[in-house]
Amino acid sequence: MYSFDYHQPSTLADALALGRGEVRYLAGGQSLIQSMKLRLSSTGGLVDLAALPDMRAIQVTADAVTIGAMTTHAQVAHSAELRAALPALAELAEGIGDPMVRNRGTLGGSVANADPAACYPAALLALDATVRTDRREIAADGFFTGLYETALEPGELIVSVRFRRPVQAAYEKFKQPASRLAMVGVFVARHADGVRVGVTGAKACAFRCAPIEQALTTDFSPAAAERIELPSGDMASDMHAGAVYRAALVSALAATAVTRALAR
Amino acid sequence: MSNVTVSLQVNGQPVSRTVDSRTLLVELIREHLKLTGTHVGCDTAQCGCCTVQLDGHAVKSCSMLAIQANGGQVTTIEGLATGEALHPVQQAFRDCHGLQCGYCTPGMVMATIELLKRNPKPSEPQIRAGLEGNICRCTGYENIVRSVQAAAGV
Repeated sequence: MYSFDYHQPSTLADALALGRGEVRYLAGGQSLIQSMKLRLSSTGGLVDLAALPDMRAIQVTADAVTIGAMTTHAQVAHSAELRAALPALAELAEGIGDPMVRNRGTLGGSVANADPAACYPAALLALDATVRTDRREIAADGFFTGLYETALEPGELIVSVRFRRPVQAAYEKFKQPASRLAMVGVFVARHADGVRVGVTGAKACAFRCAPIEQALTTDFSPAAAERIELPSGDMASDMHAGAVYRAALVSALAATAVTRALAR
Repeated sequence: MSNVTVSLQVNGQPVSRTVDSRTLLVELIREHLKLTGTHVGCDTAQCGCCTVQLDGHAVKSCSMLAIQANGGQVTTIEGLATGEALHPVQQAFRDCHGLQCGYCTPGMVMATIELLKRNPKPSEPQIRAGLEGNICRCTGYENIVRSVQAAAGV
């Protein structure tokens, strides 16, 4: 790891003032610390967000769930209130990494990092989420812009994420067995006004799958998802899975997710 | 080099060290405090050898900075036994031969304590899922699962 200065501000204003420099924000650190250890990333300073107040709350209302950016995956997984209101999201959080990673890793860190195989981005897209930052609100549809790229400006800090509560939903992922990240992950959410399908692991960043959304809006059944043959031209291809295989996984996982959503 | 002062409790004892800000929690534990029961296996957050408890939750001490544990309470494998009496999870691993070379064992024990705290009577699939972040290259996991079952009384 290259040397850096460490800061731990206790107010949002102080964090943002520090954030104007050549620094990185540190949330749970489960990706950032590892990539700094490998010298894949370096920074002049780390701004640790752990002491900021009001960043770990889970709020449930009739039509939305709002989760503070520093809420850990374990807190999301084990919140009884969230599990009752939006079980698909609690199950997604319970499937991230392993128990130790879930005790440190955070929603805001995962979303800001925008790993192409991270689970949360699929949920943000399917649940029509809104990312609230220190300065504005960003719709999930415009948030993930590329490989580890987001719509966040330099120094912009995620405060919370608001998810729209669906009628039925489920997340299904095919794990890459070593990393436990998603080889492909599909979040299917049936809302009153249509179905949204968020996919992670299959392209440079998470995306909505329009052909499956249209099929499921007409007929919310596993067969409707399964019969969609997606083009593989822009799917990711690596030593773990080829593009054609990933394209097939999207439809297959969507079908399984529909089965589980219907069972709720 | 940029230094920070880390003050925390380790196995109930107050500790304070001024270290390079890059120092990992596992480096503080092993190299500065000489508590070498916590191991480094993969050093990339895969294997779980470095698992310790921070404020009552299992964490991978190779995946966080020492300064991130500032003000916290850390328990390592050395802090579990009461005198000569092993912690019930340690005793169960001993009774059920839940280890061979022992390298992964401190992390397995720490992860098991977290697992049983969240779910005191886990099923076998729940045990295997709860230990997903800990890799053992000797036992084939069978006796580890039996150890956890013995500790849980299931």
